[in-house]
This record gives sequence, structure tokens and C-alpha cells, in this order.
Amino acid sequence: MTTVAHDLPPVSDNAALTRWLHGLPGVDQVGLEARAAGLSTRSIKTTSKAWAIDTAISMIDLTTLEGADTPGKVRSLCAKALVPDPSDPTTPRPAAICVYGDLAHVAREALGDSGIHVAAVATAFPSGRASMPVKLADTRDAVAGGADEIDMVIDRGAFLSGRYLQVFEEIVAVKEACRRPDGTSAHLKVILETGELATYDNVRRASFLAMRAGGDFIKTSTGKVAPAATLPVTLLMLEAVRDWRELTGVQIGVKPAGGIRTTKDAMKYLVTVSEIAGPDWLTSDWFRFGASGLLGDLLLQRQKLATGAYSGSDYVSID
Amino acid sequence: MPTFDYAPAPESRSVVTIANSYGLFINGEFNDGHGTPFDTINPATEEVLAQVSEASTADVDRAVKAARTAYETVWSRLSGADRGKYLFRIARLLQERAREFAVLETLDNGKPIKESRDVDLPLAAAHFFYHAGWADKLEYAGLGPAPRPVGVVGQIIPWNFPMLMLAWKVAPALACGNTVVLKPAETTPLTALLFAEICQQADLPPGVVNIVTGAGATGQAIVEHPDVDKIAFTGSTEVGKLIARTIAGTRKRATLELGGKAANIVFDDAAMDQAVEGIVRGIFFNQGHVCCAGSRLLVQESVHDDLVHRLQRRLATIRVGDPMDKNTDLGAINSATQLARVTDMVAVGEAEGAHRWSPVCELPSRGFWFAPTIFTGVSQAHRVAQEEIFGPVLSIITFRTPAEAVAKANNTPYGLSAGIWTEKGSKILWMADQLRAGVVWANTFNQFDPTSPFGGFKESGYGREGGRHGLEGYVTTGGAR
Repeated sequence: MTTVAHDLPPVSDNAALTRWLHGLPGVDQVGLEARAAGLSTRSIKTTSKAWAIDTAISMIDLTTLEGADTPGKVRSLCAKALVPDPSDPTTPRPAAICVYGDLAHVAREALGDSGIHVAAVATAFPSGRASMPVKLADTRDAVAGGADEIDMVIDRGAFLSGRYLQVFEEIVAVKEACRRPDGTSAHLKVILETGELATYDNVRRASFLAMRAGGDFIKTSTGKVAPAATLPVTLLMLEAVRDWRELTGVQIGVKPAGGIRTTKDAMKYLVTVSEIAGPDWLTSDWFRFGASGLLGDLLLQRQKLATGAYSGSDYVSID
Repeated sequence: MPTFDYAPAPESRSVVTIANSYGLFINGEFNDGHGTPFDTINPATEEVLAQVSEASTADVDRAVKAARTAYETVWSRLSGADRGKYLFRIARLLQERAREFAVLETLDNGKPIKESRDVDLPLAAAHFFYHAGWADKLEYAGLGPAPRPVGVVGQIIPWNFPMLMLAWKVAPALACGNTVVLKPAETTPLTALLFAEICQQADLPPGVVNIVTGAGATGQAIVEHPDVDKIAFTGSTEVGKLIARTIAGTRKRATLELGGKAANIVFDDAAMDQAVEGIVRGIFFNQGHVCCAGSRLLVQESVHDDLVHRLQRRLATIRVGDPMDKNTDLGAINSATQLARVTDMVAVGEAEGAHRWSPVCELPSRGFWFAPTIFTGVSQAHRVAQEEIFGPVLSIITFRTPAEAVAKANNTPYGLSAGIWTEKGSKILWMADQLRAGVVWANTFNQFDPTSPFGGFKESGYGREGGRHGLEGYVTTGGAR
């Protein structure tokens, strides 16, 4: 049984795309936020907590996206990813290192064949304010630098002014630019920048638009705009990927990014993944955390569970 | 495939001390009743929690006398500001001891600790705070000239929200200057008896609140007592009618908050995921033991299949089991009697030809349990569409137009509450105008607040509780008495 009672629209025509997106069920703000608050009260203890901490660590895109980034900073972050906790070799590694495109090759070199992915932001991140050729060149450059995953931003201006077809076509074009000469393709994460879309209705529409255009992941935020990821927004996007799979059979990943700093936060997100999208999304193939500080707190809590005592922030490395 | 199994997260019961036996709380003291003591059990385990006194007719008479004396000599003579001080004190004590009350409520009632902790107790305290504020402002509440208390009020409350219903009854009564004889339900007396301790702790003058435990006979003794000025009752329509008949022709006044068969109405333009949450909250909150539960889902035919699919998918994640576990969503049915009633009604629904569905869920072997259940293919003629089941059972009915939705929603003997789900504001307003229900929720359900009057149309009773309107039942104005 399909759960979204809409046929997929033709995508050649902005009016048809608009009708489709505006025909999606609305989102009630109060109800959505209440549902997220309800899931936040789940109490995760003992064995579940241990499992969730390791799962969360394995889902992290360990991120540095600063103007001040250097090869040294990126190598340092990669070293952290390779050995997150020198005191405990059973500690899982994060899923990826996330950097600006020009530093992708540094990360690639540092990570080698460790299995940790290199994610690069592209398409004039974070604003997305550049011409298409620039965005595509940005993308190709990062892929050529060894990025396994491209985190693109949508044109929020186009989206907010109703030019959905333009947003759609840009995603399609960036997806095409993710292709490597050998025919394989970097994974595409589409950043909606939900803090600028402002309404939950917009978030649902942008999610469906990105999925329809071929994004492999939908991602909340750049981390440069407040609010970044919130639990209600992530919940809504998890509903979208759940509904999309029921509609098309295609599974899409979700990545909240920005503002998730504590183990307690991460637990809430994992509870939400589990209860909204379902267990199929509980791996790093389908759910990621875009974060920098989160890993440190997860490691602290992991040590606490193992030893029964808190160590302190000086007992995990800062990067 | 990985699964996120939540490890047990039980709330500790060490915070509460349960005595082996409890007496009646009359004139500020506990003393034994003269009826036959009875056990109160934990419905989740069938463990006996305590033995409780049964108040005989003579005991009720003592309680009424104590209430009368307290009324004449102390409480009605206090200034509103002073009454308010006591109520504020009670409210604060309830907040301070909220965890203790929540644990005791869950043990005695079977409701999930999540709900007693996050809903029942915060709301109970809020009712005392709210009414404490009214105590010295009754003259300005628009109730009429010189509002005076009614006198001694007999209050009989149900087992579904023992502490919250106590607060709904006691707080406005005391705020308006009345004294109280309250009878909690026989299956859930413990939090009321713990509340008696709060009254002592707050130095409430003896006799202002009296708590007598027992079953129907004790309630009848209160209703029939000649020196009771008003009856406030929450419970079944059947008993409500009995009370109304009993007091007919006497000077007694009554407010009755009775049964319901609320329609939760979902239009095709609703925010569907949130509507699903509202349906779940409507019927599975407190195991459906809610007089205003959204026990009928009226869904527009064009989205019926989609909504039922979404609802079933959602119900698969509902966690049924140990009410003391912080992750439990659906707890125990309150009593063997109620479980039998729910079981019988579900059998009736099946016999009537409705299609029954429940998610896969393992129910504990001891205690009283019923899986969340939905019926599709229900029509207005079915008993499961007309009669209150008071359990986690939802009847799903379709409609085609707003007018048909209104007609079906109003087509029961009840009229307590209703819910409307649409993203279209004008439709909400039009529907709310047409629905014969005391509470109409728009794009939400089962939201309660002390500032908002609550009460029914038709066989759901009369009188309002909460808000300014709720004060009306506890004052008399002008010369009449």
C-alpha cells in the first residue's frame, strides 16, 4: 500500500512541481514539536546506552568547516577519526571526515583505505550564492580531490521564491557532477538549510524535492545558520524518507548537522530514527550526525560506562 | 538489521512508603472505618498494596459533621486571601512531593509512570495554583453579586485520574469557601489518602477536607446525606443518573461529569502525521480510560486507507507493559472488572462485523492487560460506535462531507468532547459551531489546562470544571440558598 496519495509529477514544468509539493500533507507545528518532545523523554539505560553510543560514534561525519582550516588541522582530525580513543581500541570509528573541497585530498591521503569516508562540502557552501558553472566546478574539484561524498547546498532563494524547478535541476546537475571518470559516483547529500526555509511545510517540500531529484541523503543544515539541526526538523525529514521509500521503494539517508553536542542529544536522535523511520535507518549508511564536538562527549560517556567513573574533558583529545 | 531495544528503565518505588492499612481521614485525623476493609491492588501485578477502610453510613455522617463544623466555624469565615494561602501551600507541597505521588498513582492505577509524572501530577498542582489565585477574587469573577460558598460538598471521583480528579474537585471547592467530603474510587484510593497527609502538612484546619474510602454504598451515603449541600460527581452516566434521581426534589445541587464517545474527525486536508499522533493520544492515552477519549475516529473516506495504514504503522511502536518503566506508553487496565468490560465490548464489535486489528505485542502474564485495538468497518449502528468502552479500543468510521461528519459526530447520547483535524481554519470554526460537545480540540486532542472549562452536553453531564465557569458550581449568589 502506498502512503502518499500522489503520483510522481513530471519535472519539466515548475507549475506541475509546485502542485505536487503543495499537495503534500501539511505539517502541524505544535503537533510535530510535541511528538519530538515526547520521544525526547525515552530513557536509555545500560546495554541500550552502550549500543547507542557506539552506533552514534559510527554515524558521525567528523567535521571542520572553518575559514582557518589548514592541512594540519585536517590531518589532526583524521588522526582522531582513525583512533578515536587510544585507551580503548574497541571504540568504533566515525563514518567520515567532512571538510571543504580544497582540503579533500589532504583527508583522502590521511585516511587511506581505512574505510572512513571523505565528505566535502561544495556548491558555494554555505550560502550557495554562485552561478551554476561555479557550483559544478566546485563539485568536480572536490570529487577529483578524492571525496566519497558531496554535501551540496540548495539555492534557498530559488526555493523561497517558488522556483522549485530550478532547485530540482541544480540538484540533478550536481548529482551528474558527482560522477567520476570510472563511472562510479560520489554520494550526494543535499543540505536544505532548514533554518532558512523557516517553516515545516517548506522542510517537507524541500525534502521531497531533493529526494525526487536524486539526492542520496537529505541533510538539515550547514551549521552556519541558526537554528541548525533540531529534533522536530529531523523527525520530519525522517518521516519524509520513510514515506518516500513506501512510495518509490528507494531508501534515502538523513543527516542532521549543527548543534548536536551531547550524548544525550544523540540518544534522542537515535530514538527518533528508530521510532519514526525504523531500524533500517540505524546504520551509518542511512543516518549521519554532522558534528565536531559530539564525538568527545560520546567518548567520555563511553569511558564512563566502561569504567564507572567520569574522567573529564582533558582525557579525550580535542581533535 | 540493527534494533534499538530499550533496556528496562524502571522508576524506583523506594520514594513512596505504603502502609499496610489505611483508615478514613475525618476531621484532620486518620481513624478506622466501620465497614468491611478491602484491598487495593496494583493492576499491573495483582499484588495487594494495602488494606483500606470502608466508610459506613455512620462514618460518612461523622465526616459530614466534621465538614459542617469546619465550614461554620473556620473555613467560611476566612478571608479569600487566607484560603488562597492554604491552597498555594498545598500546590507547592504537591510539587515537592510530585515524584512520590506519581509513583503511588502508577502503582495503584496501572497508568504509565510517564503519564503520572508528566501529566497527572503537574496538572493536579496547576489546578491548586490556579484556584488559589481565584480565592480572593471571586467578587470579580463575574459570577454575580456577593458570591458565597455553597456549604458542605460531597465529591465522588473515578479511578482513571485519581489525583487529578481530586484536584479538579477539591481546589475550586476550597477556593470558594466550601468544605469537602471526598470519596476516591475503591480501586484507586491511595493517592487521595496521601493527599490527606498533605492537608495535615499544610496545617489545613481539621474537617475542611475529609476523605472517606469505599465503594458504591459509601458514595450513596454521601449523596443521600441530608446535610450535604452539593454533589460533584465524575464517573459513569449510569451512576450520574442515579445521583440526579436521588437528589431530585432536595435542596442539593449537583455537577455531573459523565461518559463520552468523542469523535476525532480527520479531514483529507489534515496534517496526517500529526493527526495520527492526535488519534493515538486521543484513545491510547491512559489506556483509553478517559471520559473524553477520542474513541471514535471519523475519517474522510478518501484518506481512510492511507490513515489506517499510518495508524497501524504507528501503533506497532507503542510500548505496552510495566507501568513503572519510563519507556512504557500503554499500561495496565485498572481492574479485572474493567478488563472484562473491554473484552466483552470488543467481542461485541467483532460479532457486529467490524474488523479488529492489534499490533503484535506481548502482554505480561499477570495483571490486567489489553492490547491497543482498532476496529475498521464500523458503522453508526454498531454498539462499538455508540457505547463507551473506556479502554484502548478505537472505532473507525468514514464520512464524505463536513455535514456528514457533524451528523455522525453528534449522533450519540453523549457530548463531552470532539477533535477536528484540518489545515483549513474556516472549516475548524464551522465544525466547532456545529458540534454538540463541551470541549472541541482543533488539531490536537486531550489537552487539559486549569484555565479551560471542561464539561459535557447531553448525557455527558452538566456543570463545568476548571476556568472561571468551574467556580460557578461552588458558589451561590444573591439571596438564594
